[in-house]
Amino acid sequence: MDLGVYQGSGSGDPEGDAMKNPTEPIKMEKAIVHDKTYFLQVKNHPWLSLTSFIVILCLWEIVSRMSWTPPLFLPAPSEILLEGWGMLKTGVIFNHVLASLSRILLGFSIACVMGVLIGILIGFFSIPEAIGSPLIAATFPIPKIAILPLLILWLGIGEPPKVAVIALGVFFPMVINVYTGVKNVDPLLIKAALSLGSNRTRVIRKVILPGILPMVFAGMKLGIGIALLLVVAAEMVAADAGIGFMILTSADLMQTKKLMVGLIILSLLGIFFNWLFQKMEKIFIPWKQ
Amino acid sequence: MRVLIDHISKTYTDRRGGQTEALRDIDFDISENEFLVIVGPSGCGKSTLLNIIAGLLSSSSGQVIFEGVRNDSSPYTAVVFQDFALFPWRTVLKNIVYGLEEKGVNKTEQSVMAQKFISMVGLQGFEQKYPHQLSGGMKQKVAIARALANDPLLLLMDEPFSALDAQTRMLMQYELSRIWEETQKSFLYITHNIQEAVFLGDRVVVLSRRPGRILDIVKIDLPRPRREDLMTEKLYLKYVDWIWGYIKDQAQETLKEMR
Repeated sequence: MDLGVYQGSGSGDPEGDAMKNPTEPIKMEKAIVHDKTYFLQVKNHPWLSLTSFIVILCLWEIVSRMSWTPPLFLPAPSEILLEGWGMLKTGVIFNHVLASLSRILLGFSIACVMGVLIGILIGFFSIPEAIGSPLIAATFPIPKIAILPLLILWLGIGEPPKVAVIALGVFFPMVINVYTGVKNVDPLLIKAALSLGSNRTRVIRKVILPGILPMVFAGMKLGIGIALLLVVAAEMVAADAGIGFMILTSADLMQTKKLMVGLIILSLLGIFFNWLFQKMEKIFIPWKQ
Repeated sequence: MRVLIDHISKTYTDRRGGQTEALRDIDFDISENEFLVIVGPSGCGKSTLLNIIAGLLSSSSGQVIFEGVRNDSSPYTAVVFQDFALFPWRTVLKNIVYGLEEKGVNKTEQSVMAQKFISMVGLQGFEQKYPHQLSGGMKQKVAIARALANDPLLLLMDEPFSALDAQTRMLMQYELSRIWEETQKSFLYITHNIQEAVFLGDRVVVLSRRPGRILDIVKIDLPRPRREDLMTEKLYLKYVDWIWGYIKDQAQETLKEMR
């Protein structure tokens, strides 16, 4: 049967048809329906990411080897790796990484605990909210690096101002995320808990706390990026160890390779923390798939 | 045990001071082991009334009084909400024992109680699943088990099956009827579905459109246990028709106003 052609006359009774051209069929175009969403379908390019990464590295290597750019400006990747290996063998690198990591971990942990506590407080109770939210709105926009000199003035040159500036920087995304999380906990779940006999503190522990977990992790992911940024900044101002210190002194001494090693370490740290938080999320939030 | 709904009225005041009267002088009682259904057109304040009885909302005037109650701190009511209100971070089992945890019941007793209600609603094998892994009907079964496990004097149900598809809804009605017969508790069931109201209820309270007033309280003299074949019986259809008479008038008035 030809679906594309419409027979204008009733085939059963051709003589009785009063139409103008009963014998001539009217030609109609054939149209095939296509999927309009085909470009939305998820396509995987497993090798493209890796090969493009390697190609870029090779190009970089060639550019440096051919001395198209002065090696002082752009050392070859292989030389940077060799430098890094050397620093690994002598153990210099560990001093710097450990110094930075300990600052990050201390500042980050303080900020997470304070952020969750204060976020719940101002999210759940109206009086702390009235006091706290304008304070946070006023202090949040200040770049935390700008506060560093003041912190040094208050706390001296040692570790405390560095830890404090990291804690401050991570605190804000944390507290704002937790606050938003508390506000977005389904009120129906709170009603359900109350009707099943929970009091207010039990509601916080058994409904609010698990309810905000996804937002806490979102805050941690935001926060770790800020912590990396601030640790480097703080170490550039006043320090005798740390990745930021290493990068700054390398630049002063024109040791570009060493500087690049510092950047790679920062990138690796960022990747590592993101991986870690993703793993933790899977463990702590098994109900979110 | 008897629950008195004593001349409840509720008026909402919005931020601009505008007032909406949701309920006007609602007065009835619920006796022990009674299955009471409240039926009314949408927006008649049914859910408002249920929330007031559950202690989740304050009334503007009137009181809810439980007579002849035991003297401890555990809640008199438990609520089955329309949208299930299961805790997504708790497994089926953990959802069901929530109220028992709050009462301080020890772990072994918790799991014994939970098992009883899991088999009552037919959720065996799903104890360790999370709510997002369940169908709508199963979620509502968990919610019913959770409410019953808390051993309330009065089980409140707020259009519990209206989020379910028609087939599941029918099956759940039969199930609920059976569960009520098994538990012999007082149920207060809210719906806008007249057939459902007549099928389930011992008495049906018919509410008017906003502000909600009681139009009639219909005693349903149909035999128990209620089974599927009931829905074709003459008496059943007469009750449905009688209540539809009220609701139809209400709906027509609403339509007239909209013109």
